Amino acid sequence: MSDKKSMGKSREYGFETRMIHAGTQPEPVTGARQTPIFQNTSYVFHDADHAASLFNLQTFGFIYSRLTNPTVAALEERLANLEGGRGGTCCASGHASQILAFFALMEPGDHFIASTRLYGGSITQFGKTFKKFDWQVDFVDVDDPEAVRRALTPKTKAIFVESLANPGGVVSDLEALAAIAREAEIPLIVDNTMATPYLCQPFDWGADLIVHSTTKFLSGNGTSVGGAVIDSGNFDWTASGKFPGLAAPEPAYHGLNFHETFGDMAFTMQAHAVGLRDLGATMAPMHAFQTLLGTETLSLRMERHCANAKQVAEFLEGHPAVAWVSCAALASSPYRALAEKYLPRGAGSVFTLGLKGGYEAGVKMVEGCELFSHLANIGDVRSLILHPASTTHRQLSEEQQAAAGAGPEVVRLSIGLETVEDIIADLELALAATA
Amino acid sequence: MSSPLTYSNNELLAILRDTRTIAMVGASPKWNRPSYFAMKYLQEKGYRVIPVNPGHAGKEILGETVYASLAEIPGKFEMVDIFRNSEAAGPVTDEAIAVAKDKGIKVVWMQLGVINEAAAEKARAAGLTVVMDRCPKIEFGRLNAELSWGGFNSRIITSKRRRVRLS
Ligand SMILES: Cc1ncc(COP(=O)(O)O)c(C=O)c1O
Repeated sequence: MSDKKSMGKSREYGFETRMIHAGTQPEPVTGARQTPIFQNTSYVFHDADHAASLFNLQTFGFIYSRLTNPTVAALEERLANLEGGRGGTCCASGHASQILAFFALMEPGDHFIASTRLYGGSITQFGKTFKKFDWQVDFVDVDDPEAVRRALTPKTKAIFVESLANPGGVVSDLEALAAIAREAEIPLIVDNTMATPYLCQPFDWGADLIVHSTTKFLSGNGTSVGGAVIDSGNFDWTASGKFPGLAAPEPAYHGLNFHETFGDMAFTMQAHAVGLRDLGATMAPMHAFQTLLGTETLSLRMERHCANAKQVAEFLEGHPAVAWVSCAALASSPYRALAEKYLPRGAGSVFTLGLKGGYEAGVKMVEGCELFSHLANIGDVRSLILHPASTTHRQLSEEQQAAAGAGPEVVRLSIGLETVEDIIADLELALAATA
Repeated sequence: MSSPLTYSNNELLAILRDTRTIAMVGASPKWNRPSYFAMKYLQEKGYRVIPVNPGHAGKEILGETVYASLAEIPGKFEMVDIFRNSEAAGPVTDEAIAVAKDKGIKVVWMQLGVINEAAAEKARAAGLTVVMDRCPKIEFGRLNAELSWGGFNSRIITSKRRRVRLS
């Protein structure tokens, strides 16, 4: 019995090999080497019995692209492979992937714990829109494990954090949080968008589910909105009796129990067969294709993103108009030790700075840039700039803004792959305009 | 994925290639039971699957007569697929060993979650190949890239073009 063998091979392939090959064998009918875009809604059944087997989930295959599509499946497998998980489910956006993840876990009246340091849109989704499903959330400072423990209730079904938190500089202590989740018999969900699987491997630290906005670094060029949920396959959905959506007879499938029937494939089966089927937030095949192209260069881009970002952060830290820089790549960061542990290859390229001139200076800075694009995205080859208080985080209260690291004086940067001297020169110019 | 047992792809491919007939112990007549899923899938892939279940002996599942024991199955079968719990896998394996020569049994395969080291040891000593804690349906699907259709990590990396059977 040789370990982890691929077809003719005796050791595990490296990350770079897998980011190019995982999930994308040559298309067998034509031999096409690059993954075809199956721009197609539905798939012909061999006969009535084959159709029945497919609808009953008794065989593998395609029915209708709201559930599964070959191009989307290729991306799902690639992301699952890169994260070291059992399976993946792609979605129309990062936000859709968050709904899909919680939809499998939560019943009306259930509760989860989320970090106070999240992408502002996630705070709004969890705190406001999720309430309409009667899903309750408590936002907790996850730097304080005792506070997380105190927030647990018998109805708590998950802990949700970002590995590297948007808008910047904060690293979650995944191992400590996973231990708390394990004690409570609930999954730890990690949004790994800002780090990508190249920089951080949350399953290695005990996370159970990973969500992504593939819109960012994974697609990489700012072309395609998308998301994914990856399941580690390690969580026991049956043991605690807390997860009827995964481990009780499913009325929508004539009483099928997903965990009993599909074992460690239960979550991913449920996410397609119930989640995507009924929520309908499916990724388009074209978006899957563009995201597959992005992942083929992920390691190279992330290395350069990180190197550029570190240099820019160091420049900003020494600039007289800048009050502080929150970037886990900096020696001064309180999260430096956590970054070394969880992000050994680099601390990402999205971070924040505080301007001495406050809200006014923030507005002037974003308007003073020539090269940086003023827009609400991150993780593009282009350098991006944003003033969260006047944009992404404006729906939040001032207290929530401050807790999320997005107060009035804060500017967020997503450092791209341009010549680093040009990036720095552009910021120098913009900072001069704030004076 | 958490199982400490590992089997090489080539080893599993060889078993699935050399097997034509499978005796499925613990096969259920209920359409929404895992064993029924596996039986139906394996039939579609060209295997003959013979159900063994004393509670349903004489009835039919998916067009095949159910037998009360391995010994009662007329004719040969290369694999015994055990859809029982780990403890029950012991006596089933003993029976497989006892009739192995007569029936042409080469492989004892215990389903996902079924692990019985003592039984496996005996079967190996009797010259049988043993697989534990795996599902032949899932492994067939994984090795033939069908599992990937559902977004699962097959862990197979290859630039070889797979042969497809065209009718
Ligand atoms: C960390 C993080 N998670 C989730 C999202 C939401 O993703 P999407 O915009 O693809 O819905 C974003 C988007 O900005 C994000 O930065």
